Amino acid sequence: MTAQPRIWDIPGGIHPPQNKAQSTARGLEQPPLPERLILPLLQHIGNRAEPLVKPGDRVLKGQVIATASGLFSCPVHAPTSGTVSALGPAPYPHASGLAEPAIIIDSDGEDRWIEAQPVADYRSLEPLALLDRIRDAGISGLGGAGFPTAPKLAARPDHRIDTLIINGAECEPYITSDDMTMRHRAPQIVAGIEVLMHILQPAQVLIGIEDNKPEAIAAMRAAAEQHPMQVVVIPTKYPSGGEKQLIQILTGKEVPSGGLPADIGLLCHNIGTALAVHDAVLLGRPMISRITTLTGAALARPTNVKALIGTPIQDLLSFAGLRPEQLYRLVMGGPMMGFTLPDSAAPIIKTSNCLLAATHDELPPPPPALPCIRCGLCAEACPAELLPQQLHWFALGKDHDQLQRHNLFDCIECGACAYVCPSSIPLVQYFRAGKAEIRAIEQQHSRAEQSRLRFEHRQQRLQREAEQRELERQARAEKAARAKAAREAQASRQQTETSPAAAPDLARIQSRKASTLSPEQKQLKVAAATARMALQRAQKQLAANPDNTDLQAQIPKLEQAFAEAQQAFEQATAQEAP
Amino acid sequence: MAVRPPSSPHTLGNNRTRNIMLQVLAATVPGIVLMTWFFGWGTLINILLAGSFAIAIEAAILRLRQRPVSFYLNDGSALVTAWLLALALPPYSPWWLVLVASGFAMVFGKHLYGGLGQNPFNPAMLGYAVVLVSFPLEMTSWPVWRGIEQLQPALTPTLGLLDGLQRAFTPGSLPADGWASATALDLLKNNTALTIDELRAAQPAFGSMAGRAWEWVALAWLAGGLFLLYKRVYSWHAPVGMLAALAVMSLLFWNGSGSASNGSPLLHLLGGATMLGAFFIVTDPVTCATSPRGRLVFGAGVGILVYVIRVWGNYPDAVAFAVLLMNLCAPTIDYYTTPRTYGHSKARRGLGKVDKP
Repeated sequence: MTAQPRIWDIPGGIHPPQNKAQSTARGLEQPPLPERLILPLLQHIGNRAEPLVKPGDRVLKGQVIATASGLFSCPVHAPTSGTVSALGPAPYPHASGLAEPAIIIDSDGEDRWIEAQPVADYRSLEPLALLDRIRDAGISGLGGAGFPTAPKLAARPDHRIDTLIINGAECEPYITSDDMTMRHRAPQIVAGIEVLMHILQPAQVLIGIEDNKPEAIAAMRAAAEQHPMQVVVIPTKYPSGGEKQLIQILTGKEVPSGGLPADIGLLCHNIGTALAVHDAVLLGRPMISRITTLTGAALARPTNVKALIGTPIQDLLSFAGLRPEQLYRLVMGGPMMGFTLPDSAAPIIKTSNCLLAATHDELPPPPPALPCIRCGLCAEACPAELLPQQLHWFALGKDHDQLQRHNLFDCIECGACAYVCPSSIPLVQYFRAGKAEIRAIEQQHSRAEQSRLRFEHRQQRLQREAEQRELERQARAEKAARAKAAREAQASRQQTETSPAAAPDLARIQSRKASTLSPEQKQLKVAAATARMALQRAQKQLAANPDNTDLQAQIPKLEQAFAEAQQAFEQATAQEAP
Repeated sequence: MAVRPPSSPHTLGNNRTRNIMLQVLAATVPGIVLMTWFFGWGTLINILLAGSFAIAIEAAILRLRQRPVSFYLNDGSALVTAWLLALALPPYSPWWLVLVASGFAMVFGKHLYGGLGQNPFNPAMLGYAVVLVSFPLEMTSWPVWRGIEQLQPALTPTLGLLDGLQRAFTPGSLPADGWASATALDLLKNNTALTIDELRAAQPAFGSMAGRAWEWVALAWLAGGLFLLYKRVYSWHAPVGMLAALAVMSLLFWNGSGSASNGSPLLHLLGGATMLGAFFIVTDPVTCATSPRGRLVFGAGVGILVYVIRVWGNYPDAVAFAVLLMNLCAPTIDYYTTPRTYGHSKARRGLGKVDKP
């Protein structure tokens, strides 16, 4: 045990009531096996997984039921054995309340595992092989954002990871899932961290824990004792558990704006992610469960549970003794950064660290907003050292240039500014809306730019074609002029030759008469010519648009029409001839 | 009035604009007590008059602007404006003077710009400046202090409540001579012949540090300001900026104790409206610069201007003008004092104007 290393302070921050004691008294509980599990295909940041099963399939616990689609994606595994009963839109934990594609499994109650394939000695494996393991186990960050873990570990292959940071700060009020994970799974977490160390080979490992979790600190210190990693106790302050903030506290470094921690040789993973890595590599178990806090004054017995991913929220709430008449607002996550759930039919997913069933007194509706008096308390609370009062001003005026100049996109939406605002202005909401507007405008601009380029290219092409045609026309005109001149010269020659013989005139007139066609023949000739022109036009068009199937279909018909008309005309002239 | 949809954060601290306003009012209590002790009921009459005028005017304008009257009156901002204005005016100001000052403050200083939070100028100082340039006689009639030896609050005719009310409501009916006198800053400014020691000996308006009686009132404002700093109603930047700049200026240009002394730093810090200005006026968040560094600059600007106007200008005191002038500069100061954001190597400063094609 070495001495506590130096830590740095972050600017701003707040100290809201912690409300953590409610959910830590009952230890880590195991809720009953749910009858039905809803497994959304999107439980992480990135692409939806692609289902591998169909309704009626029997699945075993731990079996892959949906495979990752691309690099930034995670497979989904069956959390228990049973039957796939449906595949389609299902309730999803999101503020919008919109349904998401999901696989629904009816549990058979046997909870039978697929054969696990643990790695006997992961140290003998190449880091890439371990990354594949982690990817195949469907692990995405358990801290909240849900970034797939394998690509995060391999994000900057050209950068050496100097420091691995394990985030056990858990600064948000009410949430205790990381706390309970550390208290009850410390050795496994440390084993998981060792796997991560084998992959990354960092020079140091720092485990940051806020000082309001003495049991967790003690457990982690005991587990980490013989290992090359340090438990660093940091002062309790929201939002010290934000990735960027924790990095600043533990190393004094700042993640460059718009960059990744890996750019400065750092990588930050959550406690829960380390545990999931341990399960995946050492036990061969995919990510099918997580530790979730059930708390709030509307629950008779707030607690922490090891819940299967996909367990409907209502099942968990009734396990914790929900008093529905007292439930005023259901929040997934904490009161600072969580989101309100429209209903409790949705399941918990890999990122669900907390369910807060709050009463009216606990999370009362905010008073109506007053005008901003620029008191500056928000700027004092901002951990990113932004000026929320100015951003609010520019957001109201939709001054997007100034919003970007004032670094709106460095806002981490921690909510500290809105928390301290004496005028109860929903600042974070203004900032989210501002970001969304700017993104939409940028997208629009890039689209407009694309169509401008397209238009310009088309204009150029048309001009080129027109020039080409003009050249051809000139060439034809020249040729025609030459031909005419030649004809005239010949005609004048002939005239001089034939002019003396006036006698054949009559015969010539007669022969011309004989070649004149009857009105019916003329009609047929015109019809044949029209058909030929139609055919030629169609062929020309087809040459210009080879993909036009309508034209392709027309060609044979036109050909036939022309052939018939020609034939009719030829017959008519043939009959006449004899 | 925006109704807040249920997006994060779902919880809110218990600080409210109204609390801030009430704390500011509470912090003025020591000063008011001392002023009442030294000058009788005049200050309280001022507060009562200005407060009722301001609230009546604010209610009328809110009605005209079709805003919820009680909702906005409840924030206490009108009362704070009127209260600070009343403290700045000479005690026993005639009622019409208070009406003009508070009316101008509320109508032109606040609501014509859009109400709370929208005004570029400090409304109280705007009202004060208007009556200062319009009615110099009334604005320089500072009542004489009661001697410290007169410990009992005596309701004598000269300083009693009825007399005070009479002065406020029918100012012409009482003689102006005898009860009003020049202030220490005024005497210092107009002094051309006497050394400071001679001036002190000749003029009872001088106390041991600054103006007699006023120096104690100034210390009471300082105490109230420290309370507000302790309560974190505002940060230290603007007051410290102002006091430090004023101290530096008065130290640099202190001309000894001769007749062209310009006054000692102590006289400038505890004389006139320095302390009231530093802890109750430049700290107005709406019209001040907004970032901590900006507030420091803003305060320093006020301090420098106060000294410049006091010593080389035409007015014996200058807090109102200095504050209004710096109010003009506040938006620009904001653009040049933005803090460095996390993850950026340096702050992005300047107006950020880009010439668009």
